[in-house]
Formats: sequence, C-alpha cells, structure tokens
Amino acid sequence: MTLATHYPILQVVIPLLAAPACVLLKNPRACWLLTMLVMLVSLGIAGQLVWQTSESGVISYAIGGWAAPWGIEYRVDALSSYVLLIITTIGALVLPFAARSVADEINIKMQYLFYAAFLLCYTGMLGITITGDAFNLFVFLEISSLSSYALVSLGKDRRALSAAFQYLIMGTLGATFYLIGIGLLYMMTGTLNMADLAERLPAVNESRTVLTALAFLTVGISLKLALFPLHSWLPNAYTYAPSAVSALLAGTATKVAAYVLLRVLFTIFGVDFVLGTMPVAEILIILGMAAILIGSMVAIFQENLKRLLAYSSIAQIGYIVVGISLGTVTGLTAGLVHLFNHAIIKSALFMAIGCIIYRLNSVLIGDIAGLGKRMPWTMAAFVAGGVSLIGVPLTAGFISKWYLVLAALDKGYWPIVVVVLAGSLMAVVYIWRIVETAYFKPYNGPASISEAPLTMLIPTWLLIMVNFYVGIDSSLTAGIASKAAAQLLGVSP
Amino acid sequence: MMLSPETAILASLFLPLAGGVGVLLTSNRPNLREAVTIVTSLLLLISVFSLLPTILDGGRPAVTLVEMLPGLSIAFKVEPLGMLFAGIASLLWPINSLYSIGYMRANNEKHQTRFYICFTIALSAAVGIAFSANLLTLFIFYEMLTLSTYPLVTHKGTDDAMTAGRTYLGILIGTSIGLLMPAIIWTWSVAGTTDFTAGGILDGKLQDALLGLMLLLYMFGIGKAALMPFHRWLPAAMVAPTPVSALLHAVAVVKAGVFSVVKIAVYIFGIDLLQAQPWTHWLLYAAGFTIITASLIALRQDNLKRRLAYSTISQLSYVILGVAILAPISAMGAALHIAAHAFGKITLFFAAGSIYTAAHKTEISQLDGIGKRMPWTMGAFAIGALSMIGVPPAAGFISKWYMLMGAFEADQIVAIGVIILSTLLNAAYFIPIIYAAFFKQESTESAQHPHGEAPLPIVLALSATAALTLLLFLFPQVPLELAREVVQP
Repeated sequence: MTLATHYPILQVVIPLLAAPACVLLKNPRACWLLTMLVMLVSLGIAGQLVWQTSESGVISYAIGGWAAPWGIEYRVDALSSYVLLIITTIGALVLPFAARSVADEINIKMQYLFYAAFLLCYTGMLGITITGDAFNLFVFLEISSLSSYALVSLGKDRRALSAAFQYLIMGTLGATFYLIGIGLLYMMTGTLNMADLAERLPAVNESRTVLTALAFLTVGISLKLALFPLHSWLPNAYTYAPSAVSALLAGTATKVAAYVLLRVLFTIFGVDFVLGTMPVAEILIILGMAAILIGSMVAIFQENLKRLLAYSSIAQIGYIVVGISLGTVTGLTAGLVHLFNHAIIKSALFMAIGCIIYRLNSVLIGDIAGLGKRMPWTMAAFVAGGVSLIGVPLTAGFISKWYLVLAALDKGYWPIVVVVLAGSLMAVVYIWRIVETAYFKPYNGPASISEAPLTMLIPTWLLIMVNFYVGIDSSLTAGIASKAAAQLLGVSP
Repeated sequence: MMLSPETAILASLFLPLAGGVGVLLTSNRPNLREAVTIVTSLLLLISVFSLLPTILDGGRPAVTLVEMLPGLSIAFKVEPLGMLFAGIASLLWPINSLYSIGYMRANNEKHQTRFYICFTIALSAAVGIAFSANLLTLFIFYEMLTLSTYPLVTHKGTDDAMTAGRTYLGILIGTSIGLLMPAIIWTWSVAGTTDFTAGGILDGKLQDALLGLMLLLYMFGIGKAALMPFHRWLPAAMVAPTPVSALLHAVAVVKAGVFSVVKIAVYIFGIDLLQAQPWTHWLLYAAGFTIITASLIALRQDNLKRRLAYSTISQLSYVILGVAILAPISAMGAALHIAAHAFGKITLFFAAGSIYTAAHKTEISQLDGIGKRMPWTMGAFAIGALSMIGVPPAAGFISKWYMLMGAFEADQIVAIGVIILSTLLNAAYFIPIIYAAFFKQESTESAQHPHGEAPLPIVLALSATAALTLLLFLFPQVPLELAREVVQP
C-alpha cells in the first residue's frame, strides 16, 4: 500500500497543516472538532508505526526523495514509535478534556489561537521524535517551544505572562545550547544526519570540540528536560498555564526532552563513549538523585496543588534520568517505562486538578476540604493517580519502581535504591495531605459545587484505567521499552 | 454442588469484593445491607473450607491470574499455612459481622456503608495474602490490606483519628515500600524467582552478612508483624471502632504480618538455611525483646484497648520467636499460635467493645465489680485472658507447649527464659482485670449508672469466639495437622 509508506511524514504534516486551518476557521467549536480529528488520526498513525516497527524493524523515510545523509531522513525505530505513541495517546485524551476546560478558562476570542498553538506544539513534539536529522530536530524543538510559550501565556492568572516569559528565556537558552552543540559536531564531521554522525564521530572523539559539543548538548537538553538544577522554569509554567496545557505539557514536553537526551547520548555519541570514557552517567545519576530528593521534599510544602504536582514532576524526571544513566538494558527499560507511566499519571492528575478548577476556581489545598463528597469521581481519580506516584502495586508507578530498583540492584548501586524508595515515601506524604483534606475535613465551600462534567471526567478516567492496565499487565509498555533499550544499546533483544 | 479447588480459590478472592458491591447498592436499606454482609461472609466461609479436604489430602491447588512482569505473575497456590490463615479469617468474619451490627447500631456510628465495604475489601486482601503463590502477589494484597483498613482506622474523622491514621499509614506503607519491596526485588534479582518453594529459594545465592541483611529487610519490612521499633501503628489503630480492632487488628492485619513472616522464613529462606547461618540469629533476640518490652508497656496501660494492643504486639512476637528458635516443632507451634491467639484476642476485643457499648467504660480502673452486671462478657474475657497466658483449657496452652518443646530441643536458653518470663507478665496484666471485675466492690459512681449486658448480637458473638478458644484446646487436630504439614512437607 502506498499510503502506509508515507505514515512518517503524515504523522507530522497533518497537524502542521491543521494549525493554520484553525486560524482561518476561528470558530472555537469548529477548531476543536478539527483538532480532535487530527488527534485521532495521529494516534492511529502512531499505532500503525508501532506495529510496523515491531514487524519489520526500523523505518527510514527520505523526505522529497533526497536520500540521507544529504536529504532529511525520518527514522522510526522502537524508541521513537514508543514515544510517538505516548505523545499521541496523551494528545487524544487531553483534547476532549480541553473542550470544556478551555471554554471556561480562555477568553473566547483567543480560543482558536489556543487550538492553533496546541497543534503546532504537538507537531513540534512529533517531529522531534520522528526525525533522524539533528538540525531538523532543532527546528521542531523551536516549533514546539515557541508554541508552548504561547500556550502557557494564555493562562487566566496574569502571572501566566511572567511564567511564560521565564519559560521563554530558559527554553531559548536550552535550544541555543543545543544548536551550538550541533554546530560544533557539524564542524568536525560535516554531517547532520544522526546515523551518519554516529559513524563519523568515533574518529574524532578525542578532540576538544567534540567534548565541548557533548557538554553543550547535555546542558541544553537538560534545560528543556527541567533536570535539577535547571528546573526553575517548570513550576511556574505548570502552575499558571491553563489546565489543559498543564496536562499536555506534563505528559509530553519533558518526555520528548528525555527522548532527545537518549538520542544524543546513545544514538549519536554511543554508549561506550558517553558512559565509558566520559563521566556523563555519574553526573546525571547524581543530578537525578538530587532531583528526586529535592523535588519530592519541596512538593511536600506546597499549598498550590498544581505547583505541588509540578515539583513532583521534577522528582519524576529524576527517576527517568537515573534509569537512563544506568546504561544497562534494565536501567534503560526502567527509564523508558517510567517515561510512559509518568506521562499518563501526571496528565491524569493535572486533568483531575483541571476538574477541580472548573468547579471550584481554586487550586489551593485549603479550598478542597471535604471535596471527596462533592466531587467523588474527580477525587477518586486523583487518589488513584496519587497512589500510582507512590508506587503502590497494581498501578503503573509500581512497575516503574520495580524496574528501577532492580536495575540499581543489578549494578550494586545501593544509594539509588535508597533514594528511589525515599522518593516514594515522600510521595506518600504529599499525596496523603491532599487525601486527608479532601476526605476527612468538613466541606466549607459554596453549596452549588457538584461533580465535574462527564466530558472532563471520562478522559481523566480513561487515563486512570490505562494506568491500572499497564500496572497489572506491563507487557505492552515494558515489552516495547526493553526492545527499544536493547536497540539503543546495540545488544540484540 | 461441589466447587473445584481452583474455582474455590477464585471464589474466595472475589466473593468479598462482590459482597462489597452489594453493600454499596443496598446502602439505603440498612437491614438488607447487613444481610448482604452476613450472607457474603458465610459464602466465603463455605468456599474457603471447601478447600480444606483437598489440602489435608496433600493437594496444592493453584491458579495463575495474569503475568504482571515478564516471568512474574499474580498467582495463587494454597498450602497448609495459607489454608490455616484463610480458615481463621473466614471463620471469624461471620461472627465479627454479627458483632459489628450490634456494635455499630448501638453506638450510632456514622458512615456504616463505607465501614462494611472496607471490611469486604480487607477480607479479600487477607485471603489473597493467605493464598499467594509468590512474593509479588503477597505484596500486592499486603498493600491492599493496608489501604483498605486506613478508612476504618480514621473512621471517626476526629483529629485524633487522623493523627492515628497517619501513624498507621506512615509505618505500614513506609516499612513495606522502604524495606519489604527492595527485599522482594533483591530476592528476584539474586534468585530469579519469588515463588514460595518448600526448602526456600535463597540457598547458595547470598553470603553470610548479606543474608542477615536480607532477613532484616524482610522482618522489619513486614510492619504488620509489629516487631519493635515498628509497632506503634498498632496502639494507634485502637482509635478505630472495636469490631475493626477485633477482626482486623487482632486477626486479619496482624496475622497477615506474622503469616508473612512464617511463610517467608519457611518458603523463601528455608529453616535449614537459617539454622546454618549465624548471621540470621539476631531475629530471636529481636522477637524476645519485643515480647518482654511490649508486656512491660502493657502492664502500665489503663486503657483497656491499649493494653490489649500491647498484648497483641507481644503475642505476635511469640510467632516470630517460634520461627526464630529454628526447630521444626517450634515453627509448628508458631503456626498454631496464629490460630490460638486469633480466637483468644478477638474474644478479648469483643469483650472490650461490649463493655464500651453497655457501660461506656474504656479504662481498666473503672471495671471494678462489672462481672456481676455483665457475666457473659467478663466470662468470655476470662477465657480469652487464660488463652493469652497459656493456661489450659484454653488454646494458647497448646501453642506455647510446642514452642517450649522446640526451645528445649534446640537448647535455646534465651527463648525458654523469654517464654517463662512473659507468661508471668501476661498473668500480671490480665489476672488483676478478672479479679477486679468479679471480686471487687463496684464504685459508688458506677452503681449510680446501672446497666446490663450488651445487645444480644454482641453477647452471641463473644460467646462464640470464647467457645472456639476452648474447642481449639479440646480438638486441635485439624490446625495441628496443617501446622505439621508446613514443617514436614
């Protein structure tokens, strides 16, 4: 079939073309409908790509027929199809939720812009994941970043503007660092194709230019990833963005950055160089551990629920980075499994918070007292997501913790085990503060508060169901993840 | 109709949950709702006991539900120890339900639907723990038991209850995630399996000190066994309504703890391995220390439920001690003590709740002369207390007898000393209560508030468990046989 061979480019082009269409349509309902359609098509294509890569291995697609390394190559392997699946799943579930939430939180005149920016951001993330060209990746990185600054600034609170500006500064720094790194690599090798780079780099490994490039790339990506201590943009951006944006970004933006980190470290530079010759792993492990401890600790003291979840995200990024940096198949599997698991957990939690905002117009912990009775389904979803963050068995979070602890034990890194478990225990504290307030304190809000509308609840609960499903039968996530891990490390699965 | 053993396993797991749904659906009609609870508990009893003949014949029925991680499934396999634990829990649930109905109605407790639903989930979790075929399955149901009993502990919703709930959850989740989970993953990492296997799976996999460390992670990771210093959740949980303290914090939850201890010692480490390894002998001293210290603390408690809670902590460590003596016959005593203590302690808690319902008294110093007003309650209390001390004709005597025999066989002077000393201490904190209740004069203040026995369902329930305590002494064959099968497969 001819269409099937074009899936890689369709994955990116369809949302890209839909974005200007939204600007032309202007009607919020029509925009939503179009975006929803695009989300479903993208999800379908991502599913197809996952299936194709598992059947026939890596898919290479030359744009415009120009063969790599001269033309831009789109390259789908186990890892990229896995991340595509994460992004499209989150997108397809956040958008139905967004319909009510956006109508409530964003000025009606701006709503079409929201959908346009949403589509562009989505395009950028899909492009980053699918491209096999390091410079093309930068282009998509900028597309997704610029549109996400716009998305954050749409928040109701005026502080959204300063949050977006802060995000812009830090994000631009990160992207610039990435560009400098790529530039240096181009200088040494004369190529931008990732596979080609990987072939040529070993010859010039020793040069200071390549080492500088590695440093710039690692720091730049860590900024986008919000890895401690480069996380300062994240809490404000998540807190003041519209609910739907928080849900989307929490589930996808940092995950895509983690993907870029994997690509650069393992595909371009190669595991032997990065983890063997250079002390990248040690540095990342230490920073990841610090992220887990500090992120969780700070989350405990937050009064604003969105900010609490944001700090918890910083900690969860730490888990992902620690897993990745262990450099073993189990470790990488742990990181990748958590990539998926954290995406669905955090999106679900932010959607639950979105439901609360929709009804209550507040995100302060003091205002949700007794809400468990008034909004039983919303709060139950929150608790279900919360226990998953803790890592209670039968939830997705447990699978992540299992792999991570197993990987650390296999390498004999006891401190990691201790830190991972300490992070879990701190999650108990910050989640249980909310549970206690919502269920055991008397309700003192307005009498009119009732359960959130179904269009918001159903997507939230779908994510929660996915969370339980992959927690009970992890063969889907762990299966693809371990395959992707083996591919990245160049060992046969 | 005969249930096949496999169906019976699944039925035992899912019946309580189905009952929970039934309770939810009938929440507006209390009589029907309570009927659902009673019927469910009886059905569970039937389905669990339908497995007994198979187990006694040497059958080990197994069911695998779903593969959760590659090579690791949620799976169930019934062996004698699990049969014993599930049997006790399912036998006591109908009695406890009867008691709950009397207690919750007489005290006008709120949120009764939530209360009964949480009970059903907790029972399902207890059965899941009992029947689990590997550590992963055990861990899943262990956490389910913790989470489902949390709303029961905080039932009253007061600040006290919330603080207690925090202690409860903090210690139980903290130890299980912080210690038990890494121990399980470590076991998986070194042994490549977490299946409960006769003779253990760790032989030759770990060296001296590491094995001792692993045992440390397991024993303290199972916070439900209340080994000191992780015992504080149990007195904290006494803030819950008495039926919760009775069935869950004297039977299901704490027994899940010591059951897991015995199961892990026997089927993961293996008694032989533990015996050969000097690094694991610390367990005996930890258990002995807990027995004596908890008894000393119990002596000083005036609140009846708190005294019972500390007595539970000390009795739980008997079971651990029975394992730590590392003689097969004492391990048998340990298994038997799970049953003996369950019947005795639930009777004691039933009596405490009965006193609270009828006389609104919670302190021991208020109980002078109460035996004349509540002869059934205090009679049952006396039987339960005798079982705790280990005096015939109560069940506690048999289990202590086996543990002492094992201690002599293994020449464990320390264990013998601990058992004798603690028996004296048990007597010292129980006998005065019985004496005061029957032989002291009622205080003038109590005399001004005359009261009779507690409501009939309560009296029926506590008489039934007291009778069971005596029956277990007279007819210990079935549990003894199950316990023997554990140590001599």
